[in-house]
Amino acid sequence: MSEQPYALELENLAMHFGMVRAVDDVSLTIRKGQVLALVGESGSGKSTVGKCIVRLVEPTAGTVRIAGTDVTHLSRGELRKHRSDVSIVFQDPAGSLDPRMLVGDIVGEPLRLSRERVSRRDRDARVTEELGRVGLRPEVARRYAHELSGGQRQRVSIARALISRPALLIADEPTSALDVSVQAAVLNLLADLQRDMEFACLFITHDLSAVEYLADDIAVMYLGQLVEKGSRKRIFDRPAHPYTQALLAAAPVADPVRQRQREPVLLGDDLPSALDPPSGCRFRTRCPLAFDRCATEVPAHIDIGDGNAACHLVHPDGRRPDVRRPEDREALA
Amino acid sequence: MTAAPTPWAEAPDSNVAPVLEVEDLCVTFRTESGTVSAVDHVRLSLGQGEIVGVVGESGCGKSVTAMSLAGLLPGSAEVTGSVRLRGTDLVGAPEAVLRKVRGQEIAYIFQEPMTSLNPVLTVGRQIAEVLQVHEKISGKDARRRAVELLSLVGIPSPEKRVDNYPHQLSGGMRQRVMIAMAVACGPKVLVADEPTTALDVTVQAGILQVLRDLRDRLGTSILIITHDLGVIADVADRVVVMYAGRVVEHAGVRDLFARPRHHYTAGLLSASPTPGRHAGTDRLEEIPGLVPVLSTQPDACTFADRCPAADRTCRNAAPPLDTVVTRIGVDSNDHVAACWHPVETARTQPEETKA
Repeated sequence: MSEQPYALELENLAMHFGMVRAVDDVSLTIRKGQVLALVGESGSGKSTVGKCIVRLVEPTAGTVRIAGTDVTHLSRGELRKHRSDVSIVFQDPAGSLDPRMLVGDIVGEPLRLSRERVSRRDRDARVTEELGRVGLRPEVARRYAHELSGGQRQRVSIARALISRPALLIADEPTSALDVSVQAAVLNLLADLQRDMEFACLFITHDLSAVEYLADDIAVMYLGQLVEKGSRKRIFDRPAHPYTQALLAAAPVADPVRQRQREPVLLGDDLPSALDPPSGCRFRTRCPLAFDRCATEVPAHIDIGDGNAACHLVHPDGRRPDVRRPEDREALA
Repeated sequence: MTAAPTPWAEAPDSNVAPVLEVEDLCVTFRTESGTVSAVDHVRLSLGQGEIVGVVGESGCGKSVTAMSLAGLLPGSAEVTGSVRLRGTDLVGAPEAVLRKVRGQEIAYIFQEPMTSLNPVLTVGRQIAEVLQVHEKISGKDARRRAVELLSLVGIPSPEKRVDNYPHQLSGGMRQRVMIAMAVACGPKVLVADEPTTALDVTVQAGILQVLRDLRDRLGTSILIITHDLGVIADVADRVVVMYAGRVVEHAGVRDLFARPRHHYTAGLLSASPTPGRHAGTDRLEEIPGLVPVLSTQPDACTFADRCPAADRTCRNAAPPLDTVVTRIGVDSNDHVAACWHPVETARTQPEETKA
């Protein structure tokens, strides 16, 4: 088992809520000890991918393998054996921590439910250790979540997620509800813990700038599908897909001189519905480069050496479109 | 560089009175568990055609400041000081005066457009309603104006969209409709309270462009309230930084980012993930501690407990906003900060030394 290199493998994952195709044909892998940022805007299906992995929702099709084990069809009982392989941290710690439980019991609960028999005293010791690891004092164990600040509550969620030493941590917008100054501390903490404990991490976010220090690789989703994957450096330096380019261009830089020298990319703001996604390429209704083929043919994931991109204008030899230069499209089409 | 408008607005002429002038604004709330001092002696001004950004984290008082301007706070709020809108003081003004001023002189847009729109009326009807409250105008003319306004805020095929209900529009479109309603009667001042916070970044860029267009085409003065330094960097001419109910720094946008003088501003800038800024490090800087919740404003610097430079002076006397005044920056405005021990070194090279 230890031979296999992946903490997570998703193969053609799909999740349909009735008519809504929230996730369609998503394939990706995370190597052990690596961080993959799954980036997308609202409605992209990024959170649904995370929930499919921990089976909070049942995938419609495809395979989820965690540390080599196919968990897609495990029964609830069988799943519990593998519960300690994966943990999840949500955006809103106020909503995911039981208000009637003491913090110590919240953090220790995964140990109580695990199959290894841990005595109450050992559990308390582990809870203290885990709280220390996330920068909280032992006394916090005897308090309730509502007595803590937003940043402290998110630290509690992280301690709870990591106490069972998972191979994979899913962090679903863990800092989006926090103020800038608190967000910085939580991002630093996650980066430190990941380096020390070497767990793999799926970091789900709408904010590309938040993952610049954290991610090894980045995958970009749009309307239920992956549009691009690659190393963090390549995605930031040479984004291939027009949507990735637009996403990077749209996030304002906190520097007025640089920000006002940037060439803006304005997409239409009429987002199509996942109930009735556009034919062909799903991004075509907002893409400044779209042409007739985009409406008729679903673009394949073109391998570009460092990752891939699903766009008719991307070529395996490295030629790629520029969302700001529709006039250059002819040469690539 | 062709005919593109300069991204740096001219500083307002100091001989012309500002459109909006706020002095010594204080707001306290009476709650069951005592009073909360939300805004303490806030001073700010807004010139003709200017975009001023108010930035701060949750609980700093930025939204309460915005709401208090046109008397939108609930009865539990006690507001003192003065808010002069083209000469008229709005603090304590009778409701009849405020009602006339709202919409015609000062208008608002908020974070969540869906909750501000009526789901059972078409957007055309809702815009027309605004016009008919303030002007004697026929239904037909109001509809025509509604189409014009939708076009002004960049909604494609406005003559069709005018008959849409809010649920038929995307979040970005709804925010554009809110802006159309807000500017329907040609207010001099538009207060935009976190106008893009609920929107995706690819949609945000378009909304910020609409605000800039309104300023350029109609000369509207805009006060934009946000927690996002990226939004400030994109649209603001001047910036007011708030912390725990007080203004701690106030400067032209380039000076503020290039050489913040207050330690809170400097900390906020270092904590924001910005591509390229933290070159050579793999960490963001943190501001230790928490924003205080204050029942009364102390005679001390409210940032002292979190500040690397704080000493006894800071804990024993509140620094007034003009403790630090610099006029050497790139921007033509004064740069003022409320700090006894201001940040001395420039964080980055000021702009004029580059290229």
